[in-house]
Amino acid sequence: MQHGKYRFIAGFLVLPLAIYGIFVISPFVQAIYYSFTDWTGLSPDFRVTGTENYRRLWNDDVFWTSVGHNVLLLLVLPLVTIGLGLFFAFMLNVGGRRRKNAAVAGVRGSGIYKVVYFFPQVLSIAIVALLFQFAYNPNSGALNSFLSAVGLDSVRPEWLGDPDLALWCVMAVMVWSNVGFYVVLFSAGMSSIPRDFYEAALLDGANRLQTFFRITLPLLWDTVQTGWVYMGIMALDSFAVVQIMTIGPGGPDYSTEVLSFYLYTKAFRDGQAGYATTLGVALLIVTLIFAGIVMKLGRRERLEY
Amino acid sequence: MGSTPEYGRRDLIKRAAAIGLISVPAMSALSACASGGDGDGGKQVDKGKKSEKNPLAVNEKAALEVVIFDGGFGQQYAKDAEAEYRKAFPDAQVKHSATQEIQTQLQPRFNGGTPPDLIDNSGAKQMDMGTLVGKNQLTDLTALLDAPSYDDPARKVRDTLRPGVVEMGQFEGKETWILYYAYTVYGVWYSKTNLQKLDAQYPETWDEMLKVCEAAKKKGIAGWTYAGKYPYYVPFSLYPFIAKIGGVEVLKRIDNLEPNAWKDPAVKAAFEAYYELYKKGYILQGSPGLTHIDSQTAWNQGKALFLPNGSWVENEAKKTTPQDFRMAVGAPSSLDRNSDKMPFGTLWASGGEPFIVPKNARNPQGGMELLRVMLGKKSSQNFIKSVSSLTSLNGGTEGLTLPPGLASSQEALDKAGKNVVNPRLQDWYVALQKEKIGVAAIGEMMAGRLTPDEAITKIQRFADETAKDDSVKKYRHK
Repeated sequence: MQHGKYRFIAGFLVLPLAIYGIFVISPFVQAIYYSFTDWTGLSPDFRVTGTENYRRLWNDDVFWTSVGHNVLLLLVLPLVTIGLGLFFAFMLNVGGRRRKNAAVAGVRGSGIYKVVYFFPQVLSIAIVALLFQFAYNPNSGALNSFLSAVGLDSVRPEWLGDPDLALWCVMAVMVWSNVGFYVVLFSAGMSSIPRDFYEAALLDGANRLQTFFRITLPLLWDTVQTGWVYMGIMALDSFAVVQIMTIGPGGPDYSTEVLSFYLYTKAFRDGQAGYATTLGVALLIVTLIFAGIVMKLGRRERLEY
Repeated sequence: MGSTPEYGRRDLIKRAAAIGLISVPAMSALSACASGGDGDGGKQVDKGKKSEKNPLAVNEKAALEVVIFDGGFGQQYAKDAEAEYRKAFPDAQVKHSATQEIQTQLQPRFNGGTPPDLIDNSGAKQMDMGTLVGKNQLTDLTALLDAPSYDDPARKVRDTLRPGVVEMGQFEGKETWILYYAYTVYGVWYSKTNLQKLDAQYPETWDEMLKVCEAAKKKGIAGWTYAGKYPYYVPFSLYPFIAKIGGVEVLKRIDNLEPNAWKDPAVKAAFEAYYELYKKGYILQGSPGLTHIDSQTAWNQGKALFLPNGSWVENEAKKTTPQDFRMAVGAPSSLDRNSDKMPFGTLWASGGEPFIVPKNARNPQGGMELLRVMLGKKSSQNFIKSVSSLTSLNGGTEGLTLPPGLASSQEALDKAGKNVVNPRLQDWYVALQKEKIGVAAIGEMMAGRLTPDEAITKIQRFADETAKDDSVKKYRHK
């Protein structure tokens, strides 16, 4: 039966590997190669410039600013989004008042809430960003109109126009548009946790906080970790919101510049595709570091139930 | 049965990984590079027969492909001109497409050596002109400029254009790479009706400007608003203001990225005048967060009197402009009538909608011929009428009833005469002009977060950085 074993295996692997090679590996390799050239992106003619692009990167203030913003997004976004997602999911599934015949139940109307939370997820991010751009309009936007209506006429922030607020405005939009997804994800996870655990805990006199931290969170850990990685990727990207919504875009005064958007302007506005791929390599490194950290921190014994 | 131990899971994965690793270099060698090859260019159609009707020797049967930027001016004007082209060459197929994503759609085609024949390289996503020229991707349009004009065979196309249009299309040598089809007048835009309500005229001096703004403020109206989200609209009136105060050389030095060009007293005076608008509360509240559309709408609604903009605003703001708005454009007011280097009336006007014919186009003669048609009086008037903007064809407005904004642009141009300035920062150094000077300095100053001195220092630093940056191609005024 040994005969033709390798050919057999290879036969199955050739096609997927070829597709993977052409569409995934080869662009990566090419990008790394182009990061050592002065390719403009507008003509096939370029030369290899060695580490020139990387030297420039090192001295580029805008690059460091955007790395800083990406790191801030990376720290804040997953924490807030997943925290909120867990809270809402817990309230929807376990957090309600105890009813007859059921040890645990969600708050009243939890079915409707689930749909409402998921709503932003259905909208395209472009629409979300545009809607919020209107809401943030300092003149006639919903936020400032609300502030005027409640008599806070003197406090009329410029939102996206204010360098100190702009990045937070961007974060708020990303949290708003993503939290629903996690509510649904965590709800699904929570519903697979056996009810007896909660019953036992309640018999022992545990309150909601304790059940959350002692039962729900540990049993949900895998899902949370996945969500964390996914949200981290969203934070590293955040291109669409920055591009559509912010001043400049990328401003005011680079206050919302992020790596992905900076890469885009260099490649497609300034005709510096070579330097843009250098930025891309930098983004790849940041992503790898992030993934490494999450995997290290997140490793925990898996609970079977 | 049970004869699978030799396919142990671990082994299988290991081997698969090994095959994967081997295939990596093989694949990257096999697949085409993103930057493409350069062997595809040069497959151009044969020239046709040169005649009086066909001075560019267009191949009568060759297909023509046109890509138009579908922005403020739409695409109908180009379609109408293509219909004219078809009349002249009934056998030629004309492929028309319009997009706002010029660069995303066309960049791969430039790389692959198969670009279309005529492109309106405009909008926020235009391809960088300096790079296209530097990499020898464009056709020299001199043949077109020296061809007889569409209406009058005795005059060359070159001689029918507005002053400055040909020069704008040149970079270093004698070749003309770009033909700007629209002609834009920049300045301070206002509504005659709204000024009348305050018993005011367009202020010819800055003191009067401040008075008008004060009078407006008392009625709860703001003096100015601007596209705070894209603060590089402010230079449309600020740069000619600088030229007016200190002479056109100041702007030239700025364009040439000369050391300390921004430290000129004229720059400081102009910046301080604009900053005063902020300090005295004459700027519409919230302006720093408005898009160009938001600011135009607020201005149309009479919430603010003045708006730095270009002549496309009349078409762009059509839907929100009240019937009796009587839109008009004003040249920068005199800061000091006696000591300003240039007279009142000095303003910024220049070509817009840059049309290019790629070097590797299959039918470059066809592309140029279509431009020749468009620069004819008929197509030109059609453009003027349908999108209310002037074209680069000098004149062409005779016998037309112009909408108010356009009529005012024409008047302003007549009044300016020779005193038309044309700062080049926005086409030579886009990144510097837009995100650095525009957003990070002027925008911050207009929002009151930088003083004029701080803004100037910051801009000078940006300009010096650009001057030192080898990756940015440099240009100079001749």
